[in-house]
Amino acid sequence: MGEFLMPALGADMSAGTLIEWQKQPGDSVERGDIIAVVHTDKADVEVETFTTGVLEELLVEPGTKVPVGTPLALIREDDAAAPAAPARPVPAPAPAAPGRLLISPSARHLAQELGIDPATVRGTGPGGRIQRKDIEAAARPPTPVPAPARAAPVPPAALPAEERGAAMRRAIAAAMARSKREIPHFYLGSTVDMSNAVRWLAEENLRRDVPDRLLHGVLFIKAVALALRQVPELNATWRDEQVVPGDGVHVGVAVSLRGGGLVAPAIHNTDALTLDELMRALRDLTGRARAGSLRSSELSDPTITVTSIGERGVESMYGVIFPPQVAIVGFGKVVERPWISEGQILPCPVVAATVSADHRVTDGHRAGLFLAAVDRLLQEPEEL
Amino acid sequence: MTRDEITQAVLATLAEIAPEVDPSEVVPDVDLRDQLDIDSMDFLNFVIALHERLGVDIPERDYPQLGTLDAIVDYVARSSPQPDQRPR
Repeated sequence: MGEFLMPALGADMSAGTLIEWQKQPGDSVERGDIIAVVHTDKADVEVETFTTGVLEELLVEPGTKVPVGTPLALIREDDAAAPAAPARPVPAPAPAAPGRLLISPSARHLAQELGIDPATVRGTGPGGRIQRKDIEAAARPPTPVPAPARAAPVPPAALPAEERGAAMRRAIAAAMARSKREIPHFYLGSTVDMSNAVRWLAEENLRRDVPDRLLHGVLFIKAVALALRQVPELNATWRDEQVVPGDGVHVGVAVSLRGGGLVAPAIHNTDALTLDELMRALRDLTGRARAGSLRSSELSDPTITVTSIGERGVESMYGVIFPPQVAIVGFGKVVERPWISEGQILPCPVVAATVSADHRVTDGHRAGLFLAAVDRLLQEPEEL
Repeated sequence: MTRDEITQAVLATLAEIAPEVDPSEVVPDVDLRDQLDIDSMDFLNFVIALHERLGVDIPERDYPQLGTLDAIVDYVARSSPQPDQRPR
C-alpha cells in the first residue's frame, strides 16, 4: 500500500493545509494525476501522485493543516501498471485567451471537454478560484438534483490579502535566510553581446502572428538549459551533505506576484523544448503562478533558477540561491552600450548575465565555463 | 468606434490581464507598466487580447508608443480595422 504524503514544496515549507480532494476512494489514479489541492504560504498547489493504482482511503479532511510528510491518503499500488520511468507531466498548453481567470488546470480541461465557458462559472475555491466541482455543477441541468455521492470539498475561507502577503514574506524570509546561512555563495558576471539575438528576435516576431510572438526571456531560459548540458554540476541539488545531480534539466523561472513575493516553478525538461513550446509553457506557468494554480512537481523539481528584473531597468543582479538548488542565473536589462569590435567602437545591445553558485558544489572555473556557454548559445539564437 | 468605446474596450482588456485592477482608478496619462506593475508577459498578453478583441495588430516596434492609456487609445483609434475586418 502506498502512502500519499503532504509534499515539501520548497525549502521554506514545513506544513500545508489540505484544501480539496480531486479523487475519491475507489478512483483509479496514475502517476502524474492530481489527487489533491494543498494551500501553502506561497500558493495553492495541485499535488500529483507518484503512484499508479487505486485510491484506497482518505486520511485527512479538507481544511486540515498537517506537517510535511504526513500521510494524506492510501493508494493500493497497481504493480502491473507501474511504469519503470514514467514521463513527467507535460505542461498544459497556454489558454487561447491570455486572461488570468482563477481556475485549476483540471477544471479548465473539464470545461473544455464539456464545452463550458469558464468565464461564466462562479468559483467557490479560495479567492473565487474555479475548481472541478464548479465546472461539474455548471454542467448539471438546472433542475434540483440529489446530493452528489461524493463528499463535497470544504475549502477554507480565503485569507485576506494582507495575511497572504505576510505569510508569503515569512516563507521567503525563511528560505533566503537559510540559503545565506548555509550556502557559501560565490558570484560571477559576464557581459553578453545581444546583437544577433535582438536582431533575430525582431525579425522572427515580425513574421509571426501576435499570439505566437516570443519574449527574449525565452532565449535566456533556453540558453541556460542548453548550457547546463555542458556544465551539468550546476544542474543539481545539495541534500544530506552531498550533490544530487538533476534527473533532467528543469529550469525554475522566478515569477513575481502581484502584491509582492515571488515563486519559481519549474518548466520540466526545458532543454528539450522548442522555443515555441517554451514560450507556451512560460505563458501557462506565469498565468497559473499568479492565479495560484501550480502543481506540486513544478515547485519541487527545479534544478536551477533563472531570474530577470531587467524590465525594471536593473542592469545586473546577483540572486540568492533557492535551497536545495546549487545555482541561480540572473539576466539584467538589455541595454545599448559602446562595444569594441574589430578595432571599431560600435553601439551594441548587451545584457549582464550572472550566476550565483554554491562553492560546496562547484567553483569559479566551472561556473565561468557555464557563463561562456550561455554567451556562445545566445550568439546563435536560431539554433536554440 | 468612438474614443469612449475604445477606452472602455482597452480598460476591459486590461482588467482581463490584471483582474485586480479597478478600471476607474487607471490614470490615463501615467505609464501603465509602472501604474499597474505589469511585466513583459502581461504586456504581450494585453497585446494579444487587444488583437482578439479589436482586431488591432500591433507590431513589436510600436510597443514604446503604448505607454499610457491615452496613448493606447490614440493608437487604436488610428489603427482599428473596420468591423468586417475584425477576426472572427
